[in-house]
Amino acid sequence: MFKHIVSGIQNIGHRVIESVWRLGVATRFFLLVLLKSGTSLRRFGLVIRELYFTGVLSLIIIVVSGLFVGMVLGLQGYETLQKYGSESAVGTLVALSLVRELGPVVAALLFASRAGSAITAEIGLMKATEQLAAMGMMAVDPIARVVAPRFWAGVISMPFLAAIFSVMGVFGGYLVTVVFIGVDEGSYWSQMQSAVDFRFDIVNGFIKSCFFGVAVTAIAVFEGYDAPPTAEGVSGATTRTVVTSSLVILGLDFILTAFMFRGVS
Amino acid sequence: MQRTTMDLWVGLFVVTGIVALMILSLKVGNLNVYNPSQSYTITGNFENIGGLKVRAPVKSAGVVVGRVTDIQFSTETYDAVVTLSMDSRFSFPKDTFASILTSGLLGEQYIGLAAGGDEVKLQHGDKLMKTNSAMVLEELIGRFLFNKAAEDDSL
Repeated sequence: MFKHIVSGIQNIGHRVIESVWRLGVATRFFLLVLLKSGTSLRRFGLVIRELYFTGVLSLIIIVVSGLFVGMVLGLQGYETLQKYGSESAVGTLVALSLVRELGPVVAALLFASRAGSAITAEIGLMKATEQLAAMGMMAVDPIARVVAPRFWAGVISMPFLAAIFSVMGVFGGYLVTVVFIGVDEGSYWSQMQSAVDFRFDIVNGFIKSCFFGVAVTAIAVFEGYDAPPTAEGVSGATTRTVVTSSLVILGLDFILTAFMFRGVS
Repeated sequence: MQRTTMDLWVGLFVVTGIVALMILSLKVGNLNVYNPSQSYTITGNFENIGGLKVRAPVKSAGVVVGRVTDIQFSTETYDAVVTLSMDSRFSFPKDTFASILTSGLLGEQYIGLAAGGDEVKLQHGDKLMKTNSAMVLEELIGRFLFNKAAEDDSL
């Protein structure tokens, strides 16, 4: 009996030590990527190639989801606001919720599942097939050649994707409320413009998406690089990338919102 | 895939992203109408600001002419000192009347300016002389009840 309790406590301790150790390894890896990113910035062609895979190929899902999220926001906002006779404020509702929260957060969630998982699977499979080790044998640093370009491509494309998502959402809201339902076009735009502030709403949303870009790609490249070199290991790492980055995005969003919008308006 | 096609797509992606950011700042955020670099600030003391907040609009004849940038409490006069950042395209006479109004029944509060007839214009750093506090519902009801009681007494 006593032995069982001791082994149970040992188990907890082991897990805590393991996860703290892993967090430390991840931080060291992140710093190493930053240190070795000089090569990828000098040979920018490497980053452009990855920008194609992470940014351009994510465009379709971002554009389509942005449009539909904006359309749903417009419909639901209109349903509620028209009860108070203020359906002209629907533009404000759509724009503020997209620019402040939904744009960065939903774009980052989609980005994590579309591009983050691909990065993890690619790096993990390269590790499992010993391509990374072969590179090391040829005195090519795999972190500088494989990991850093993917990291920077993700960091660069995330703010753009979030901005495109927000614009598509605002357009989707316009489509549903102004074109289909018939809210006055002038009040849709003017109420939006008087409520959305450049510094507080758009710049803060942009900063948020930059943070999410760094977090998602850092998690994706680390999980890929750290994956056990087996088929099972790579699949587990891919799942962990999506789960961890989704949780980190939502947690980080709360922290950033608490810092940015505290006591304002 | 060919290197040049890939470059083309990435270029298009980056341009689309920058255009999206521009649309957000210009069309959605309306950066061009209110430019804080071309503004002058004036202050006004209000007895009660009600629910006025920083960034609330300053309107004259319903047109936005500036924004509230700061609200402080003065320990000398025991009232609220509101700092307004005004668009420099609009200058107002020195005896402009400022009052705190509410847009609609449940809307946000804003500062309404009614131009006076003075020849001298308000300059940067000037103080509004004539102000009118926000309407507080409790005080209004209190005054109404007090008047009602006084009427009943006189009868």
